[in-house]
Amino acid sequence: MERVAVVGASMTQFGERDAWIRELLAEAGDACLRDAGVAPDEVEHLYVSNMASGEFEGQSGVMNALAHDLGALGAYTQRVDQTSASGGAGVYAAWQSVASGASEMTLLVGGEKMTDTAPDGVDDTAFATDVIASLTHPVEYKHGVTLPSFAGLTARRYLHEYDAPRASLAHVAVKNHRNGVDNPNAHFRSEIDLETALESPVVADPLRLYDFCPITDGSAALLFCPESVAAEYTEDYVVVSGLAGATDTHVVHERADPTTMRGVVESGADAFEMADRAPEDVDVAELHDMFTILEFLQAEDLGFFEKGRAWEAAMDGVTDRDGALPVNTSGGLKSKGHPLGASGVAQVHELYEQLRGEAGPRQVDADVALACNVGGFGNCVTTTILERP
Amino acid sequence: MTLDAHRCPNGHVTVPGHPRCPTCGEAQTETLDLTDRVAEVVTWTVSTATPPGVRQPNPLAIVEFDVDGEPVRVVGGLTTDEVAIGDTVEPVYVDELRDPDAGIRHPGSQSWDGYRFDPV
Repeated sequence: MERVAVVGASMTQFGERDAWIRELLAEAGDACLRDAGVAPDEVEHLYVSNMASGEFEGQSGVMNALAHDLGALGAYTQRVDQTSASGGAGVYAAWQSVASGASEMTLLVGGEKMTDTAPDGVDDTAFATDVIASLTHPVEYKHGVTLPSFAGLTARRYLHEYDAPRASLAHVAVKNHRNGVDNPNAHFRSEIDLETALESPVVADPLRLYDFCPITDGSAALLFCPESVAAEYTEDYVVVSGLAGATDTHVVHERADPTTMRGVVESGADAFEMADRAPEDVDVAELHDMFTILEFLQAEDLGFFEKGRAWEAAMDGVTDRDGALPVNTSGGLKSKGHPLGASGVAQVHELYEQLRGEAGPRQVDADVALACNVGGFGNCVTTTILERP
Repeated sequence: MTLDAHRCPNGHVTVPGHPRCPTCGEAQTETLDLTDRVAEVVTWTVSTATPPGVRQPNPLAIVEFDVDGEPVRVVGGLTTDEVAIGDTVEPVYVDELRDPDAGIRHPGSQSWDGYRFDPV
């Protein structure tokens, strides 16, 4: 099976955008084709990662809309939904299309329009929270269970079980905000201190405002082709050396250990096996920090740290930009923002820049990089390993 | 309604039920009523940023019942935010847990009554 290369990447400004989903997708898709010098009619497969354009703005069929807007007519196209992990699932679909020989040039665009989408008289944050909570099982939804409340339930159990101080979670927020300052496309580009994070308003006790990512609009794109022709587009391409997806229970309370995400464990192990790599080989990682606690769970479940020890690593600066394993150099979802379908694509965009040495002030020394994209509350997970050829 | 757990022939128990047991893939064949039993709080939170039609604040917990030696977990609202991990709670029936007409989910697609948990 031929290896798959990434030969182009782009992302739009993340934040509160006036643009709606069609415009956001087209902006990132167009920029990605320009980045690689590829004409729209060369695109054979076009995937769109998106969770909820129908729910947010009443626009379905976004993949066909994008094919038309980019001039990629004739391409096979498909929308990929795996809730918050739609972007990672899109990477998987794009990789499959090229690895199987079905496509020699695949464009993946992930995007979401989330802000200013609520009906009249409904709070914007409450509406977006409900759209996302609609992924839950009826026995969860009827109680008003939201994704942030899952994070609160899990964080309390984690702190209790592993004797972790609440301040360890604030360290994640402070770090990712600091990284986001140097990302021109990030939603937030301001540092915060520990005290601000620790004293911010309670959202889902013990978690506070700064433990949560914002509600954000944005889009990101990647271009994939067989490694054998990648050099025609760029000398500095990146290879997808490992990737895998896995699922966990839909009903979150049915998991035997609330502090372990089985989808992360299984997709991580499978991705490492495919790449013939181990956790200690990874130089930089983008983890799905929709909530600060998730950075600990993934860092442990991927094997970077022992169970119950990631909080110490965060406090010791191991995951800082100048630490042994920089995590979320992009600012993460926490600071960059989390436009649902865009996030998994934007994670790979950051790693593409890191591996090519194009990350500017965020640059770290990296030959092997890993992205973990989590949907629901660990319900669906895709882990991707990228390397310099 | 009762608070029902569902058991397969191999003794695995879940709340809610599934067409096939998530552990072994056999059909679940037995229903167990948990309504008059007590459970232990595994973890809890108080959600303050609640969606349309949900009480604010909304204390929530994952609790664990012991069903013939098999631990069975359930998520639900709490009647109070005065609770700690390890506390014993009992189910109390609520006929409408959130306003079915205010959220994004179709009101006809599911039931809206159920059980919150009250410290014993």
